[in-house]
Amino acid sequence: MTKLMPAIVLAWAFLATSPALPGTGGAGAQELRLVIRNHIFEPAELRVPAGKRVSLSISNEDPTPEEFDSSALKVEKVIPGKSRAVVRFGPLDPGRYEFIGEFHADTAKGVVIAE
Amino acid sequence: MLGALIIVFREVIEAGLIIGIVLAVTRGVPGRGQWVAGGVAVAVLGAALLAVFAESISSAFEGAGQEMFNASVLGIAVAMLMWHNLWMASHGQEMAASMAAVGHSVTSGQRPMAALALVVGLATLREGSEVVLFLYSIVAAGTSASSLLLGGTLGLAAGAAFTALTYYGLLAIPTRHIFTVTTVLIALLAAGMAAQAVQFLDAAGLINVLGQRLWDSSGWLPQDSIVGRLLHTLVGYTDRPTELQLVAYIATLAIMTLLTRISGSSRPARAAT
Repeated sequence: MTKLMPAIVLAWAFLATSPALPGTGGAGAQELRLVIRNHIFEPAELRVPAGKRVSLSISNEDPTPEEFDSSALKVEKVIPGKSRAVVRFGPLDPGRYEFIGEFHADTAKGVVIAE
Repeated sequence: MLGALIIVFREVIEAGLIIGIVLAVTRGVPGRGQWVAGGVAVAVLGAALLAVFAESISSAFEGAGQEMFNASVLGIAVAMLMWHNLWMASHGQEMAASMAAVGHSVTSGQRPMAALALVVGLATLREGSEVVLFLYSIVAAGTSASSLLLGGTLGLAAGAAFTALTYYGLLAIPTRHIFTVTTVLIALLAAGMAAQAVQFLDAAGLINVLGQRLWDSSGWLPQDSIVGRLLHTLVGYTDRPTELQLVAYIATLAIMTLLTRISGSSRPARAAT
């Protein structure tokens, strides 16, 4: 077991640093960030690589809850006020994928561009 | 006000469609009104509680608590619907016979009302908690409470009218076909829920197979449109399904058909047709 340890550590290090293992939702996925402030997404346009699993960390800085909603990305998630959530989607074909904040759909709009 | 009306209406019709079907399925069962009303009432309270604890649920399971919760709720509902159809397959015939004998006013009182009340409750819980969070969100943003109340009430009333329409629409089906129709409806409802459940497990990062998109029909019938939403609830319509979703959908239909056949009914199971 002790002899195996370095190998295990190496394997983990490889897994954690390899850019994008298809199918992993965790460490291997593309990490992206999005902020909700005054019911607006920042940035409103996100570029992601096509064909890869994407993990998007959303920080809601408003005191009110918001629902990140996109039928194109097949994601629907409530983010309580003053908190952070992670949504996972993909692999995506190249194209535009719109999303909204369902609770403030008139201002909270954005698009994911897969290329 | 309009915002509140639209969101409340949208969530209410999704739960309302399921309530309408359950009411039609259980027509003539004594006490079904109390069961369904009880399921809805408990779920409305639950929805308020759920909204209060939204943050702790959200952060559970390393941030995937909400997805896990939704997947579990849908999974339980699928199991209850399966059990209902199984029960109907084994008891349906005697019921049909007694209905023919005494007219359709008298039916067996021991139908699995609890299972269906649970399904109604779970549907209301999911949609209700969204309504609560949304209403809280716009109150906190400064919309006046009276405008919100008006919009919400109108949305609820419109949703209830839609539920009634579903119910009476189903009642118009001749009695001799009602078993077949409701069996198929419930099987499709369950298959759609199973397809949604696997998508939540995928979003939670729990399963990561067969994630490829099969087709994109959002150009013809967007899932966000009213018709799209209704079909989504009713038969599980999805404008961009993944392979896994289709597998879950077909597997659920197949399991339900198989169980119905095995349960010894001579009625041909029509769920998969």
